[in-house]
Amino acid sequence: MTNKVLMQGNLVIGEAAIRSGCRFYAGYPITPQNEITEYMAENTARVEGGVFIQSESEIAAINMIAGASATGARVMTSSSGPGISLKQEGISSMAACELPGVIVNIMRGGPGLGNILPAQGDYFQATRGGGHGDYRTIVLAPGCAQELADLTMDAFDLADKYRTPVILLADGMMGQMMEPVVFRKPKPREYRTEFSITGAGEGKSKFIKGLILPAGDMEAHNWKLFRKYEEITRKETRAVCEINPDDQAVIVAYGTASRIAKGAIKRLKDQGISVGLFRPTTLWPFPAAELLRVVRGGTKKVLVFEMSTGQMLEDVRLAVQGVAEIDFYGRPGGTVPPPVELANVIARRLTDKKRVFNHFE
Amino acid sequence: MAKEKIIYQRPKSLKKAYTHYCPGCGHSIVHRIMCEVFDEMDIRGITIGVPPAGCAVLAYFYFDVDMQEAPHGRGPAVATGIKRMLPDRVVFSYQGDGDLAAIGTAESFHAASRGENITVIFINNAVYGMTGGQMAPTTMLGQKTTTSPAGRNSIIDGYPTKISEALALMPGTAFIERCMVTSPASILKTKKAIRKAFEYQREQVGFTMVEILSPCPTNWKMTPLKSLEWVEEEMKKHYPIGVLKDIKAQGKESNAE
Repeated sequence: MTNKVLMQGNLVIGEAAIRSGCRFYAGYPITPQNEITEYMAENTARVEGGVFIQSESEIAAINMIAGASATGARVMTSSSGPGISLKQEGISSMAACELPGVIVNIMRGGPGLGNILPAQGDYFQATRGGGHGDYRTIVLAPGCAQELADLTMDAFDLADKYRTPVILLADGMMGQMMEPVVFRKPKPREYRTEFSITGAGEGKSKFIKGLILPAGDMEAHNWKLFRKYEEITRKETRAVCEINPDDQAVIVAYGTASRIAKGAIKRLKDQGISVGLFRPTTLWPFPAAELLRVVRGGTKKVLVFEMSTGQMLEDVRLAVQGVAEIDFYGRPGGTVPPPVELANVIARRLTDKKRVFNHFE
Repeated sequence: MAKEKIIYQRPKSLKKAYTHYCPGCGHSIVHRIMCEVFDEMDIRGITIGVPPAGCAVLAYFYFDVDMQEAPHGRGPAVATGIKRMLPDRVVFSYQGDGDLAAIGTAESFHAASRGENITVIFINNAVYGMTGGQMAPTTMLGQKTTTSPAGRNSIIDGYPTKISEALALMPGTAFIERCMVTSPASILKTKKAIRKAFEYQREQVGFTMVEILSPCPTNWKMTPLKSLEWVEEEMKKHYPIGVLKDIKAQGKESNAE
């Protein structure tokens, strides 16, 4: 008997969090991620001492999980674009205070209230820090329900390991779609509780803070964080590579866009056009060295495909360093193009030599 | 020879440190009496505090209890997370008027609404102290600040906020008292209120808050002595001293329904 279950993406995240021992969840309703909040409301009690709070705002939610995290508990909050914007103050604070926590963003169309359809426009916000100050957040980008489960569990492990907030970046399509999934056994938790605030007892009191007034001390803290981010970049960068020697181009795409790319690649193959796929599963750290290796291996053309107007494109340019030609195709604002559309775009661009770079068709 | 008897000393819960507070500031008085309460209740080891953004941001250098920083106004949310994970600990949020009654109104209001078993120590000095004396939500009508140079005008600036009265209306609150620290008698009364709030928290009867009218001679541009008079003569008029809510005095054991 297999443990495979059919589950909606949002619920997969909730279940993976519960299995990871998430003891505290706070959230505020926003589409298209409400099922996570509802699932946590029903299931946090399965974890010993588990607490669910529907907070008054996204700002309160992130600060509640910061407080719970300070006590040493595993914590999570989830939202979508507009709510994630509100959480940035708290994410910056958690990064400064080195508090672990998982923040799920089920992306929708933006800017502003935008719409509730799947989009990838929060790439910059997630990978560039989002909040104020000199910090980074690990950003995991699952591409299917199975990865939603695996990367949610990884997110808790990474948050603990590096004592830093981790963002799970998916979109409305991934959140709403049902797929088969197998939940792996979570790793036993390794967390150094000596940093936690639990009451001093008879001992020396401790405090956790991000306010460091002297310039030299603050700079030292910035470099300490920087070294941590360097270590993360060295050890935790991930990508899935599906490349063949006779590929005429490689598509770079993540999340739902990478699934559309897979469909396009299949259609192109039927037309005799071989195209590869480079799919980052960490967006920060971006798998730059891995991508450079691919293009140095002989790929002449890189096509970045996003459900946004060219955000990951900047990371691809930095990674490729002019070694290969880069083209871009994007459909923002909640439009999810069918694979055939992307296949046609790629076919045209591979045959039309006059076209160098194009955002549109 | 008569045996020596210690009648006054630094509370054990107060770190041996010079504070950064200005002469005549109310913060150091409140810190001290809170630490006396921690000692008397023997709760130093199980108490966790959340300092604000503002003058008391460095409170962890003075309170010898575990503390977790919060962004501006988010103290009650951070304290909620801590308390829910460690329900047997004593958790307090220490906040100024800007922190509690302006940028953090939502967090204060809803922590009270949920009846969180936390204690908020609310320092009301009618100005933003740390940033140089700007108008606060609690600034009195006519009071001159750097951002109400002609005096607070209700038509332009609105009215001074009475947050304790507002929170006392919420079913989740168990104990709210407004005090001041202007004389030995009023300081002792404040200490009693603080003790009651922490005792109620230990009994898990709901949200507790002590508002303390506190002098800020530097930003009020007054001598310390004059600023004490101003609390008693001016602030007290708008912010009456006394118990605003005490569910046990009303004969209720808790506010749970």
